[in-house]
Amino acid sequence: MDKINIEKSNALAVDKMMSARPILVGVGRASDLIPNMQANLILHAGPPITWEKMSGPMKGAVIGGIIFENLAKNEEDAISMIEGGEIEFAPCHEFDSVGPMAGVTTASMQIYEIVNSTDGNKAYSNLNEGYGKVLRYGAYSEDVIKKLRWMNEEVAPVIADALASSDHGIDIRQLLSEALHMGDEGHNRNKAGSILYTAKLAPLIAKHCDNSSIASDVLQFLADNALSVLNPVMAGCKAMADAAHGIEGSTIMTVMARNGTELGVRISGLGDRWFTGPVGQPVGLYFPGFTSDDASGDIGDSTITETVGIGGFAMASAPAIVTFVSGTPQDALNATMEMYEITVSEHKHFTIPALDFRGTPVGVDIRKVVELGITPRINTGIAHKDAGVGQVGAGLVRPPMSVFEESLVAFAEHYGILD
Amino acid sequence: MTHIVNEVRSGTYYDSVVLMQLQKSILALKGVLDVGVMMGTEANRDVLEQSGLLTEDSKYAAAEDLIIAIKAESAEKGKDALDSVDMIMSQRQSSQTSQDFRPRSLITAVRSLPDARWVLISVPGRYAVDVALEALDLGKNVFLYSDNVSLDDEILIKKSSLEKGLLVMGPDCGTAVINGVGFGFANVTKIGPVGVVAASGTGLQALIVSLDGLGSGVSHAFGTGGRDLKDKVGGITSKQALSLLAGDNDTQVIVLTSKPLASEVAIDLIRFINTLNKPVVVNFLGFVPLVTRIGNVFFAKTLHEASDLAVKLSSNLDSITMNTPVSNKEFAPSQRYVRCLFSGGTLAYETLLVLNTFAEGVYSNIAINSDYKLHDASVSKEHTVIDMGEDEYTLGRLHPMMDYDLRLRRLRQESEDEETAVILLDVVLGHGSHPNPSAELAPMISDVKSAALSEGRYLEIVVLVIGTENDPQELSVQIESLRRAGAHVETCTDKAASYVGNIIMGLSPYLINIKSLEGSDIDQVTQVSSIINVGLEYFHESLIQQGVQSTHVDWQPPAQGNEKLMDILAKMKS
Repeated sequence: MDKINIEKSNALAVDKMMSARPILVGVGRASDLIPNMQANLILHAGPPITWEKMSGPMKGAVIGGIIFENLAKNEEDAISMIEGGEIEFAPCHEFDSVGPMAGVTTASMQIYEIVNSTDGNKAYSNLNEGYGKVLRYGAYSEDVIKKLRWMNEEVAPVIADALASSDHGIDIRQLLSEALHMGDEGHNRNKAGSILYTAKLAPLIAKHCDNSSIASDVLQFLADNALSVLNPVMAGCKAMADAAHGIEGSTIMTVMARNGTELGVRISGLGDRWFTGPVGQPVGLYFPGFTSDDASGDIGDSTITETVGIGGFAMASAPAIVTFVSGTPQDALNATMEMYEITVSEHKHFTIPALDFRGTPVGVDIRKVVELGITPRINTGIAHKDAGVGQVGAGLVRPPMSVFEESLVAFAEHYGILD
Repeated sequence: MTHIVNEVRSGTYYDSVVLMQLQKSILALKGVLDVGVMMGTEANRDVLEQSGLLTEDSKYAAAEDLIIAIKAESAEKGKDALDSVDMIMSQRQSSQTSQDFRPRSLITAVRSLPDARWVLISVPGRYAVDVALEALDLGKNVFLYSDNVSLDDEILIKKSSLEKGLLVMGPDCGTAVINGVGFGFANVTKIGPVGVVAASGTGLQALIVSLDGLGSGVSHAFGTGGRDLKDKVGGITSKQALSLLAGDNDTQVIVLTSKPLASEVAIDLIRFINTLNKPVVVNFLGFVPLVTRIGNVFFAKTLHEASDLAVKLSSNLDSITMNTPVSNKEFAPSQRYVRCLFSGGTLAYETLLVLNTFAEGVYSNIAINSDYKLHDASVSKEHTVIDMGEDEYTLGRLHPMMDYDLRLRRLRQESEDEETAVILLDVVLGHGSHPNPSAELAPMISDVKSAALSEGRYLEIVVLVIGTENDPQELSVQIESLRRAGAHVETCTDKAASYVGNIIMGLSPYLINIKSLEGSDIDQVTQVSSIINVGLEYFHESLIQQGVQSTHVDWQPPAQGNEKLMDILAKMKS
């Protein structure tokens, strides 16, 4: 057996995760920013998946992505391109990226660029489209594509200029720390964070955008959307998680993501191997007219927030959304308390006022997950199972235990622990 | 005919999730078909319109307005539902219950209750070992109620506790009372001067009840688990508990009780107790020594007799003289055994029986237990008692009471054996016996003692003299002569045997090394204001009832009982 010290490796991994300092530095084209990005490559949320196995919202978003890229004019053409093998798919996570829900990211899309100023690693995420009929929920009608183009051509350049003119970019870790004290948990509730984000951009936009009408539209777009900051936050979390990845002998989970069909995790000490299992069905509250029968399987890379100790793990900081976890502020506290059971540390920077400013539970140790039979809690939006309908609710879901059991066995085999 | 009703409330703000919950509650009302409760943003109004829930009233609602839109079976039902909104919202607030978090792991419980010194474990035996070892690693004492723990695992746990200066009661320990707090099954008794150590649950209960009934009370009562006094475990917990009580200012007298046990272990404990400085009443059921007391060990035959004796001792503490155990420092390491060379058969028998309280396995040519029968009486083995008045020695010779020749030769033979520490001989005076035994014995005694000394060994010679002043040999003359030669002289058989017994008890090795007991600290053991419970919730509730701050661990089998995964996890920990 290799001489590994799991405790030490985990301490190192979680320290790198907490010490990472993701800075939002700019906005640019995916093909320019993401290494090896290809024109016919579609990045998607979760672990690898084939077209045949994709869920409704994922298929819809893929078709929308192809149309957006002008690779096809309509659904029919897009599908025949896919079936003809002209389109390639890969997880966002394999290209330093993350995307909410379907997570579809294509070559000409404008994306956020995050740099971890501690370790220098970069991470990317697309722009948040707001609510209603949106690509990330699998909608690809003309108005959806039109909105995407407007975001790409009008909104993104304004934000890019604003960021370029800022002295140091926007410190996402600092923003999150503050938002957690304002009722956010960083995944399902990003209201405070989005306001903070808009407040940071507003003076820069006012100063550097020549067209006040466009400036107004962009600011309105950012201010109206309580999820504006979700995407930069996710990329920030990705930069933190990546800093903790690849530590020899570490059993810390560094990726957890869903593609609507399968949930996949990666473990710091097990390289780039995915461990996958079927996604769960979120339990939660539904918008008027919808029930759990309408829900898609769990989807999105936004679980990167839980991976680095916020989101469902920081539930105690978000009393406004406690009804997701059955109702009372005590339940929210218990939700966070439970996650301390499976993590190796308490966050140095993310703290919870209601727990006397205790750090959030951070660094999921697969050993603890398997031993105690407690899987990570995930706060999530719920997508409609059919492409293009959009969000139908929000709630709580857990990954399948099998992915943790399999990764534990693989860890034991990889490090010769059973020899 | 369905009916749509809307209500717009201006200037209110609710988080959308609160509203979704409200919506769910309204939907549950009788006669309600669909509900939308949303802030009046344009997007939300569109959603309501598409769902067919929007009326003219709400069409111009602002983003700051709350829209409550209800589709009901009738206008009346719709209105009823609207009227219930305030009630539902206030209800939600008041029905918020506060339920404390229940930790799933011991480590989390320890973090939430860091001052707890005890962990009560009642999980299935298969898992109890790991939980107990974890508790010890976390610096906690363990009350292990679980049974079906293997003997090897018990030894593992107890050795770990010994190293760490912690106490493990159990496995299969059902009862303990510390500072008046009952662990597991326990009676409510008065607090008092008697400390209890019991390798038997009901024994403990009967004892403390009896002490209470006699008007006395209990300082602390430690259970040890029924197997603590098996030879392989060596009474680790019992000895720890005895040490703790010996150092406890609230404890004046200690009672130790056990179901029938191996005499080897009993003797080991008696020897151990003699290193303590408190009177200890010992009741080992079925172990009936010929003496009533060895040093500070007071023997009692029954549980009630034990409690009675303990109460009497505790009220007469000043009158108890504590025997100082015989110092053994002069003996060489090889010297461990006694050799008794008797001329009187009954004296040999009594000595043999008394010595059986001090030493396991005394060999003899007159042994009652055939395991210890000496077949060749001319060669001693370990502890040996020889009756030289037996036929094999008197064939063609005078009785050894008259003729000392054989015994003197045997005395020399034994004195030359490196393993011999003590030699006991009897001298029976009176008509018909040797006219002056000391004249023969004394020179030989000084001779063999100095010969041994020249080889680096201290040889103790004990002589039991049976006689009177009026006997022809004159008792005092004989004693004086023997003492001058360096012998220790006794005139009563059980005293002589006890004297020898104390020496050999001190020379026998302990079943376990108890050096590390010095680290045990009574204060950390008797702190029971907060306790962690793992396993049966019943015990948690019992502690709460007793006013103890208890944290209950919502324990589940590790890896949901999957053996392969448990194996991996165990290997990853080591």
